[in-house]
Formats: sequence, C-alpha cells, structure tokens
Amino acid sequence: MTPIHLGAVDLAVAALLVLLSAGASMALQLRVHRQLLWAASRMVVQLLLVGLVLRLVFRAGSPIATVGIVLLMIGAAAREVAVRPSERLKGWANLRIGAMVVGASSVATVALALLTAIRPSPWFDPRYAIPLMGIVLGSVLNSASLSLDSFFGGLVAGRASIEARLALGAPIHVACAELIRNSIRRGLIPLINQMSAAGIITLPGIMTGQLLAGMDPLEAVKYQILLLFLLTGAGAMAASGSVYLAVKSITDERQRLRLDRLAVK
Amino acid sequence: MPRAEPLSSGEPRLRVDALVSPHGGPFSVTVDAHECVAIVGRSGSGKSVLLRLIADLDPHDGEVWLEGGARSSWPAPEWRRRVVYQAAEPAWWASTARAHFAPASLALVDALLSNLGLDNALMDSDITRLSTGERQRMALVRSLACEPRVLLLDEPTAALDQASTLAVEALLAARLAAGLSVVFVTHSREQAERIGHRLLEVRDHQIHAP
Repeated sequence: MTPIHLGAVDLAVAALLVLLSAGASMALQLRVHRQLLWAASRMVVQLLLVGLVLRLVFRAGSPIATVGIVLLMIGAAAREVAVRPSERLKGWANLRIGAMVVGASSVATVALALLTAIRPSPWFDPRYAIPLMGIVLGSVLNSASLSLDSFFGGLVAGRASIEARLALGAPIHVACAELIRNSIRRGLIPLINQMSAAGIITLPGIMTGQLLAGMDPLEAVKYQILLLFLLTGAGAMAASGSVYLAVKSITDERQRLRLDRLAVK
Repeated sequence: MPRAEPLSSGEPRLRVDALVSPHGGPFSVTVDAHECVAIVGRSGSGKSVLLRLIADLDPHDGEVWLEGGARSSWPAPEWRRRVVYQAAEPAWWASTARAHFAPASLALVDALLSNLGLDNALMDSDITRLSTGERQRMALVRSLACEPRVLLLDEPTAALDQASTLAVEALLAARLAAGLSVVFVTHSREQAERIGHRLLEVRDHQIHAP
C-alpha cells in the first residue's frame, strides 16, 4: 500500500477552512483573524523549509549533516527550556542547565532506540534519527521546563520555610526535598497523561501519520509504544536532571539558599 | 542577673570577627557562655542582617569562632545546628507542629511546652490554626529542641502578650543558667535591659555601644 499523494489543490481546499475561520473572526469581532492568517502562513513556510532541508539531508545521508541538524534541534529546545520559567537563573546558568539536560536525555534515548530497537543501517540514517530526535525533544522540553518552572517558583514562594530548615541545621537537599519531589513529579505528569490517554482519548500523532501513510495498524502501534517508552525515559531523565542541576545552582559551598542568583522575568 | 564567667579556656563561647556583607557590617562581637547579649536598633538598621551572617545564611566575608573552633572548619549544617537562628517570622514546612521535631527531642519538647504555657494538644493541630503568639512560642521550642550552644533570636516576643513575654524570658534565663548563650534582638530597650547582660545597638549597619 502506497501513501496517497497530496497536490496543491488538496491543500488549497483545506486552506479554505483557515480563510473561513478568519472570516468568522472578523464577523464575530474576535480580532484574531490577523494572528490566525499570520500563524497559518508562518506554519506553511516553516514546514516547507523543513521539508526541503530534510529532503536534502535524507538524500545526502551524511553523518555530519545529520549531526548538524540534531545539534540545531537540541540548541533550540535548550533555549526554550531556559526561557520558559518565570523565575530563572541569572546569566547563562539556565541555558547551561537546559543544554545539558536536553542534550543528555534526548541523545541517550534516541541512541538507545537506534542501536537496539530500530537498528536502521547505517544507524545514523537521518530518516530515523531526525524524526525520533524531534519527537523526543518535544517531550523533554515539556518535562524539563515544567519541572524547572515549578522548582524556581516554589523556591521563591517557599523561601521562608526552606531557610527555616537550613537555620535549624538541615542540609540543603533536606530543606528542599519536598520541593524537589514536587517539581520532578510535575514534569512527569504530562508523560503519564500521554500514556494513559493514548489510543482511547487520542490517537497519537506518530501513529496517525503512519496509518495515513499506509502502515499496518499493529505495526504502527508497535512504533507508538516504543516511542512512548522512549519519551517517558527521556522526560524522566530531563525532569530529574534539570531539578538536581537547579538545586546545585541555587546553593553554594556553605549550603545557603542563594535566591540572589535568580532573576525574575 | 550576674555577669557570666568566660570559659576556663579563655575563649569566649562565640567570637564574631569582622563579618561584612553588602547589607551591613563589619560586625564584631563576643558572647560568653551563660551570657545574653541584647541588641536594639531601629527596623532596617541591620539587626537581622547580623544574625543571618552569624548563622552563615548569606554570603559574606569574615570569620566566627565557636569555643575556639573556626566556623569554616565545620560543614555549614553542623554549624547551624550549634548556632541556631530564629527568624522574626518563623516559617513552618509541615502541617502539624509535631512533624517539625525529631522524635528523639520529644521529651525535651514536652518540658519546654509546659514552661511556655503551651498545651501539648497544639502539637497535633493544624499549624495554621495556632495563633500567631502560639506559633512564635512554638518556634522557640523548636529552636531550643536542637539544643544549640548559641541561640540567635530575632524579635522572639514580638507577637506575645505581657504574660507570655515574661514566660519566654524566664525560660531563656533558665537555659542561660544551664549554659546557653543568646543573642537577643529586640526593638524594646526595656526588654533588652531586662534580659540582656550586655546591651548593644545596631545603627547604620554597624554595632555601637548604646
């Protein structure tokens, strides 16, 4: 079974829906038509560009091009993790945590998948490596930024009680233990939701894509299961890694609470 | 109260040497065993800054000695177990008072509670349902339960009525007699003269004779 190819006309018909929504926005004075049209055109341009780049990279099959694209993706995700929390570390510390956590967790899980489960040849085949990286990064980004946001927010809100514990002689890890646990848990909740909803409430994107592309449903399901396992592992690594690195950044050799290292957005 | 004798070694219990941070100092002061040093000063003058620096809660320069041992030679948590700082508005991290105490300290806690006229049942009620004054006395129990060598108190009776204030002062006097050293920050000169063996004033982020 081959995928059904889409032509320009097919896309144009669907684009009518966007124009219709914009029209409705004008008629109902929702004042979102401009944003709607801008976002739609931006999406088309972005995706066409990505498609072109990926076509080139897939054709070249060069490990250098693949690594280059992967690094770009990691950099973009790290930046998102760094800027998301409303309270964050001053200077480059947030970006450093973002880059370390995003890089380590995504590369580790994707490499595991490529070397054990999927095993394309060569193993760095961009057709597998890049989409896998993309989906893992999305999940890692989500977990790490939720955890960091919750951790830094909780530090500011809970400053007095953390310092009270420090003042009574608790080590910083004990004083922050509750907050550390809550922040990591917060980053894991989307993963748990995603797994429990998969197939019943939502048809996950990858599986939908593969079904549309003509793959056998059971084969598509197996891919989806593998992916959700990868996402969970990567997300858990990212959530806990980011919080533990954040703890290190807000304390010093005398185990003080250094809120002066936080900048409020 | 009679002026306390220094330790036989000649070293004071606590020697604070030129602590300075962007928020105040340099602060230098010594406190002997059995001694209560009362510190007065306007709000914002740097009294709390001084206590936080002694407890090593904010970055700064300078050194503190406890019975001749330099603070930098202790891991910070161990230092803070011996030199306990109690903030003006003590914070609570668990839902009951009891959860804030180590099980081993509960016998001592019972005695301290009755000294301060606090009902033992308060230990298990929701901490937010205690009155401000009850929480403030509970915080003193919490600090004393660590059995510190030096206690740094920031306005520990601010929320208390006259009777409770006197109970707190009596308890502190008993602990002082048993060997504790106290640095007592208060806005009330009257109280400072009542409880302090020595009176100092923090003005413009520095220590002065009153």
